[in-house]
Amino acid sequence: MAKKGWDEFEIGAMLRSFDGKIDDIAGTRQEDRDYSENSSYTASVADWRLIKPVFNKDYCIDCQFCWVYCPDVSIISRDKKMIGIDMDHCKGCGICVEVCPTNPKSLLMFPEQEEEEAAIASWPAKNEEK
Amino acid sequence: MAFDKMELKDIEVWDGNFAAAQALRQCQIDVVAAYPITPSTPIVEGYAKFLSDNYIEGEFVMVESEHAAMSGCIGAAAAGGRVATATSSQGFALMVETLYQASGMRLPIVLNVVNRALASPLNVNGDHSDMYLGRDSGWIQIDAYCPQDAYDLNFIAFKVSEDHDIRLPAMVHQDGFMTSHTAQGVHTLSDDVAYNFVGNYKPMNDMLDFEHPVTHGVQTEEDWHFEHKARQHNDLMTKVLPKIQEAFDDFEKLSGRKYNIVEEYDTKDADVCVVCLGSSVETAREVALEMRAKGIKAGVVGIRVIRPFPFEQVRDALKDIKSIAALDRSSPNGAAGMLFNEIAGALFNTDTKALLSGYVYGLGGRDLTKAHLVDLFKELQANVDAGKVTTPLQQFIGVRGPKLSYL
Repeated sequence: MAKKGWDEFEIGAMLRSFDGKIDDIAGTRQEDRDYSENSSYTASVADWRLIKPVFNKDYCIDCQFCWVYCPDVSIISRDKKMIGIDMDHCKGCGICVEVCPTNPKSLLMFPEQEEEEAAIASWPAKNEEK
Repeated sequence: MAFDKMELKDIEVWDGNFAAAQALRQCQIDVVAAYPITPSTPIVEGYAKFLSDNYIEGEFVMVESEHAAMSGCIGAAAAGGRVATATSSQGFALMVETLYQASGMRLPIVLNVVNRALASPLNVNGDHSDMYLGRDSGWIQIDAYCPQDAYDLNFIAFKVSEDHDIRLPAMVHQDGFMTSHTAQGVHTLSDDVAYNFVGNYKPMNDMLDFEHPVTHGVQTEEDWHFEHKARQHNDLMTKVLPKIQEAFDDFEKLSGRKYNIVEEYDTKDADVCVVCLGSSVETAREVALEMRAKGIKAGVVGIRVIRPFPFEQVRDALKDIKSIAALDRSSPNGAAGMLFNEIAGALFNTDTKALLSGYVYGLGGRDLTKAHLVDLFKELQANVDAGKVTTPLQQFIGVRGPKLSYL
């Protein structure tokens, strides 16, 4: 952000998500939106996270529960297909894992430093007791 | 319009609370979020009654505390509504955290504060402890001395507060019980005239403008916080008083009633002068006239706008006075009183030879009697005659027991 003086910004503890007028924003995908530099869309808060969700598409049934429940809109879903996680904004809360209904789960929490391949390789088998 | 208008007589017999409630009705407040507390309760009760009787198109939000009441007001104001509420004393104290949010977010909320003492000991009567508690919160603070003022100054508050050059919340103060529960003749404005004076609410950065999404109440650290606070202080120091004067001028043209940022009574040739707030101004005015009949050239200054403090106007009003008394109706608790300090600050570094002494009075609703003020004016005259302050700089008036004074 430019180093503006005290008299050079709009009053109020207020930031605009977009610089100009927007139209049909609900029908526009995040990556196609013209966010302002003040929007947190381009800011990474990945370093807030201690543990991370890993997505295993082999078991996903595209129920969209994770997408609905994620408090930070960090589940990326396109045409009702789960395609991944926005790791710049995910805080590692684990709610997506909690609500995942598959057996085994399609999302599991791993330490932040765990490689994705190793995480997928260690995925648990189906729990037959359920 | 979907609501009914009310026929008012030219003069109605209203107490300060009902006068304020009528002003809220005539301004057509969109949202009142309130947690009623004595002695301000009838203001929000009045709004709720007018709302349920279809005299207002708005929303009354019942909440679980004063903190929530102001939070609700902040949300509604950020959404883009005309918003007001009322409180007193302990409720005001609980609101303090959110008062700073409202002013920092530059939301034009109007808060009617019916001044009351702060516990402990618990007390429901009027003094200025709550008003003084709010004086660093970044709000505009305007003081009513009687029910007529409480009515009129609400219109002024909305007009100034909502101006896009200002966008700062405003408190309208009146004295608990002395003003809030004492019925007097109040000259009214018709609904249309009153509403047109305040005008339609003009939203700014409102959250309900879906074509321009905004995030309100953001966080800034050492990188931006100081600039925001500097901007807020700058606008309070440079923009608010001219806008209030403009509103006073417009209001005088409309109603014939003249308000001043600093109210001066017989100060032009005065030797001695009392500076005070609230209903005490009227008492002091009456005694000053009686002192003049006895040969003491007495004047009174009432501070109409407490924040931003009108340094220039106070300086002009007091520069030729020989002995000044600053009357504070709040315990300074370890310092000189607020008015003593602000007046000293205004006059210091000027050519004035004025003597300044401070008095603390009226805590918890203790009366300031005419006899107190007669003695006080005589002390001021003694200062003039001696050419120096002959009393301690801080004296308590009307407290039982041995005379209490400091400094």
